[in-house]
Amino acid sequence: MDGMRVLLVDDEEELVETIAERLELRGIVAETVTNGEEALQRVLEKPFDVVLLDVKMPGLGGMEVLKLIRMQRPNTQVILITGHASVENGDRRLLEGAFDFIVKPVDIEVLVDKMKEATQRRKESDKP
Amino acid sequence: MELKLFVENNGGAKPDEKDDHLTGQDSYRRIWRTTVLITLMVAIAPLVIMTAINYFQYQKALTAEMSHPTSLILSRSKRSLEFFLAERISALRLVVKDGSLGNLCDQDKLALGLRNINASFGGFIDLGSIDQDGFQCAYVGPYPLIGKSYKGQDWFQEVTLRGEYVSDVFMGYRDAPHFVIAVRHDNPDGGFHVIRATVGAELLSHHATSLDLKPSSDAFIINRDGILQTPSRFNGTFLELSQIPVPPYRAESQVIEQLDSRNKPYILGYAYVERSPFILMMIKRPDDMMASWLTLRGDLIGFLIASVVLIVIVVLWSATSMINRIRHADLRRAEFIHNIEYTSKMASIGRLAAGVAHEINNPLAIINEKAGLMKDLVSLSEDFPKKERFLKNIQSITKSVERCSTITHRLLGFAKRMDVKLETIDLRELLQEVLSFLCKEAEYRNIHIEFHVDEEIPSIESDRGQLQQVFLNIINNAVAAVLQGGHIDIWIEKTRDDRVRIRIQDDGPGISKENLKKIFEPFFTTKKDYGTGLGLSITYGIVQKLGGTIDVQSEEGKGTSFIVTLPLTVSNL
Repeated sequence: MDGMRVLLVDDEEELVETIAERLELRGIVAETVTNGEEALQRVLEKPFDVVLLDVKMPGLGGMEVLKLIRMQRPNTQVILITGHASVENGDRRLLEGAFDFIVKPVDIEVLVDKMKEATQRRKESDKP
Repeated sequence: MELKLFVENNGGAKPDEKDDHLTGQDSYRRIWRTTVLITLMVAIAPLVIMTAINYFQYQKALTAEMSHPTSLILSRSKRSLEFFLAERISALRLVVKDGSLGNLCDQDKLALGLRNINASFGGFIDLGSIDQDGFQCAYVGPYPLIGKSYKGQDWFQEVTLRGEYVSDVFMGYRDAPHFVIAVRHDNPDGGFHVIRATVGAELLSHHATSLDLKPSSDAFIINRDGILQTPSRFNGTFLELSQIPVPPYRAESQVIEQLDSRNKPYILGYAYVERSPFILMMIKRPDDMMASWLTLRGDLIGFLIASVVLIVIVVLWSATSMINRIRHADLRRAEFIHNIEYTSKMASIGRLAAGVAHEINNPLAIINEKAGLMKDLVSLSEDFPKKERFLKNIQSITKSVERCSTITHRLLGFAKRMDVKLETIDLRELLQEVLSFLCKEAEYRNIHIEFHVDEEIPSIESDRGQLQQVFLNIINNAVAAVLQGGHIDIWIEKTRDDRVRIRIQDDGPGISKENLKKIFEPFFTTKKDYGTGLGLSITYGIVQKLGGTIDVQSEEGKGTSFIVTLPLTVSNL
């Protein structure tokens, strides 16, 4: 997948690093940060197609970061990682404008699929 | 470990509860007894006192109305009869004392004496003079009795001893009732004579009949053996035993109340006549006024008995129903407290579980990713020895992680304080939706699932997703429980207090009593190989959160019913 710009945000460094490495093996280059503040900074510096965002983080939480990204970079697609299946039953209103969610532990293939879909969406929204 | 301990402790507390229950029964019985006793005493005592007072008032009234006048009349008659007898005795004494007789055996003198006393007093039939040997030396009267010897006869002994004598009334051979009066006269020269006179009994009868007042009354004289000395209207034949027994001796006239052979009360007045064998008797039947008093007394006693019976019934009934109500209230309260304890126990277990699950979830995610990375790396590398074994082991790690995450997710689901999203729900539709997940397995195992829905089931406001989870859990358990060709029945009905009750009943093997107690506790499972023991505890938590209740009834060998009751709307979230 050429040129997919991905940012991984989770307070567990080991987790984001490993996911990044696995994505790399699948041809996706991903940057990683381990807190909400850094994530926002990174998003303001340059545009990303997809942000994978942990909901539960110390400091700036995932949902706040999501809101701020939606304001600053409305075209950036966000995929939430949740610790538990609070939106499992499919009420998408809870997503607050995120593209989708994925439940920990993450199935890498599912994640890649979702990222592709998100990038597709991003490209569509870029078109006039 | 800790959890287990908790459960066991709870189990261990059960016998105490039983003991409490037993002593509880005793104390209810005690309260009942005390209540009944006190109430009965308070209610019956005044009644009895009132009746007693009334009864004594009746006695007083009786005295005022009947006894007193009767007693007066009797006393008067007694005196006049005593006077009559004393007069006759004095007359006899006079005959011998004035000396006009001279020789007491002079027949002519005796005849003169009889004429004189008959002129003054009357009633004397004959007169005889008997010497101290009992030999009648002179006699004036209708019978030839001169020369008759009375020696050895009782009356002669008595008059010799006491100086005077009045006999019972008797017929003798004269065929007319009469009695005898005799006096002893001591001769100036020593020795004595006895003057004996016969008096007609009609004079006695006159005394008795003069007492008589009303047609229902009776007055007569008896002697001390109870033999009638005058005719009686209702109480026996003249000169035979009276129907009224001889009353005990009293110096004064007496009025008493007695019952006759037909148990009817009557007033008996009597007076012993001094210096004679006679007893004046007066029988009065209660007249109308007395009858009303008697009825009143009967009514009073009847009223007392009826009231006491009524009071006893009412007191027993009300005490019983009161104690029952108290006991029910106590039971309800105990149940309520039990529910609260259970709910808070579930909540704290839930919080603990959620904490544990959350902490475990992150390392689990890392393990998952690391294993995934290893798999990626191994897959991408060229074949090397034991590559397959590597991949197999990694897969095993991934599978175990999956199992762990299933548990942590369920734990989190059990505890999570997710917002309830309210929407209008048609329960029938919702349940059919749930069934659609399970119909494959049901069809495969030939399980019959049947719906019984009331006509007017209102839509409810609740959380669709969570309700789906609830019914999915319950029905899934039911499907797992029943055998091939089993039945599952689902009832949806409206309760009287405006709630909706969903009953899911299967004809599976049922649940043992032991297990039934723990069925909603987390980690309790009978599916040893694949159950997490969280399904029903989550279900329980959700139903509680939605303001409903969940209950289970089961009988081993017959099947199990889960009853979920939901409010029409969820309040107090």
